[in-house]
Amino acid sequence: MAQRRTAWTRLTTPFANIPASTATSLALAMWVVVIGGWALLSYGRVVPNMFLPTPGTVLQTTYRMGLDGSLFYHTLTSAKVVLLGFIVSSVIAVPLGLWMGTYRAVQAPLEPLVNFIRYLPVTSFVPLFILWIGIGIEQRIAVIFFGTFFQQLVMISDCARGVSRDLVNASYTLGTKRSEAVWHVIFPAALPAILDTLRVTMGWAWTYLVVAELVAASSGLGYISLKAMRGFQVDVIFMAIAAIGLLGLITDTAFRLLRARVAPWAP
Amino acid sequence: MGTLILNATTQTAAGSRVVMTESIKASTSAGAVSATDVRSAGITMAVEDVTLRYGEANGVLALDDVSLKVARNEFCVIVGPSGCGKSSLLYLAAGLNDATSGSIKVDGREVIEPGADRGMVFQSYTLFPWLTVRANIEYGPKRKGLPAEQRKRIVDQYLEEVGLAAFADHYPAQLSGGMKQRVAIARALANDPAVLLMDEPFGALDSQTRGTMQKLLLRVWERQQKTVLFVTHDIDEALVLGDRVLVMTARPGRIKAEIKVDIPRPRSMDVILEPEFIALKRRILGLLHDEIDEDH
Repeated sequence: MAQRRTAWTRLTTPFANIPASTATSLALAMWVVVIGGWALLSYGRVVPNMFLPTPGTVLQTTYRMGLDGSLFYHTLTSAKVVLLGFIVSSVIAVPLGLWMGTYRAVQAPLEPLVNFIRYLPVTSFVPLFILWIGIGIEQRIAVIFFGTFFQQLVMISDCARGVSRDLVNASYTLGTKRSEAVWHVIFPAALPAILDTLRVTMGWAWTYLVVAELVAASSGLGYISLKAMRGFQVDVIFMAIAAIGLLGLITDTAFRLLRARVAPWAP
Repeated sequence: MGTLILNATTQTAAGSRVVMTESIKASTSAGAVSATDVRSAGITMAVEDVTLRYGEANGVLALDDVSLKVARNEFCVIVGPSGCGKSSLLYLAAGLNDATSGSIKVDGREVIEPGADRGMVFQSYTLFPWLTVRANIEYGPKRKGLPAEQRKRIVDQYLEEVGLAAFADHYPAQLSGGMKQRVAIARALANDPAVLLMDEPFGALDSQTRGTMQKLLLRVWERQQKTVLFVTHDIDEALVLGDRVLVMTARPGRIKAEIKVDIPRPRSMDVILEPEFIALKRRILGLLHDEIDEDH
């Protein structure tokens, strides 16, 4: 049956698997289209190079800034800001979210407040943070934290609430005390979903980077691209964006590997 | 004594039951019933006038004044149509829900919350997916704080008992439905509960696997000498497994009849072809059909 299907039928069947080689080719083709289109537009002068640099210039700039160490320096600063903001946020959001999803008495007071705060634009808090925290790295970390924490809290609370009641009931009939259920059942059962949440919110943390470095920063990928804008160095902006994307890809992969390692049982 | 309606053929069971009740009464008059008195009377679990109403005073009456006793090492089965409250009764016995009125005692102690003395096997798969088969079975003994070597002995014994020694290091996701329920039975028994509550544990399995599971459960039960309260809607299953079958009616849930199953053990799966078996089945079908007719 399966053998008689043509490649085309397989490609157009909902949820059907395609060969790994086909998947890789399609992924590569996508990059060829994007970079090829970019090259066509820039080398062909369809868009002036002042607005759209050529891939060659961007590579040259990357090479130059990589050699003099400035690329590494700015990347490191940015990574520090994002990772610290994300870690501080996660360390609080995971246990609190678990509690929120487990106990109605924690959820009832927190949820309305959190749902209010998480719709507030992070940018509007930047002036306040500068006023309260100053212009050091703490202020940038605070922006990342603020952008990540409340989303994480709601999502992790949902992960905990999604744990099967029968699983908890079964644990009770095996001698688990009510106070132990969070640690012995709800946390391990929700762990794969929690790691997925962390992976997704890590991505969001990276997107807040430029906002965090918008004002009062003197280093970082967001900072150099803002500075480059003033000097019309579009190639630097392109490089900074690509660097943020690559870093996001690395942390994303790290979380996938972590999940496969700590929750090998989860699909 | 509640609302047990006894039929002519259950007189023997009723007779012995009355004796039991009197021996409990005798010890009560001499003072409080201690756990040992009840044990000597041979009763592991006593459900007394239990009523369960969902919601407010005019809510659905799920269980109406249900009373029953399960003797020590007895295999007692409750059979009834879906929605008759038989599962609700098990949840009450497990302490996972509170009765509106009445009481349930296990080994003389009133059930007020869940505990390791009442093991339960659920209809849905409730193995902990993050633990291997071995760790799932070890969960209860670990909560109890048993030392590692004793835990290992218990786990190995029950892995052997349910024939899954080769799968000790597998995760539940790698097992078939029947294997999962075998682990669930092993996990519940590894805790050495006073009573094993089974809520349609084979309901989600195909009929062939169900037969294998029934055979396995009987073998384990005969060897381990456990008290079992088993709930099902499958009359064949009830008669193959039980020493006694309680027939439950729906809305409100009441125990309509008690049927003693005098088919000798060990029972093979061919027992369903015996005239004795068919006669009992006909009676239960009759009782349940009355029920369905009343509904229309």
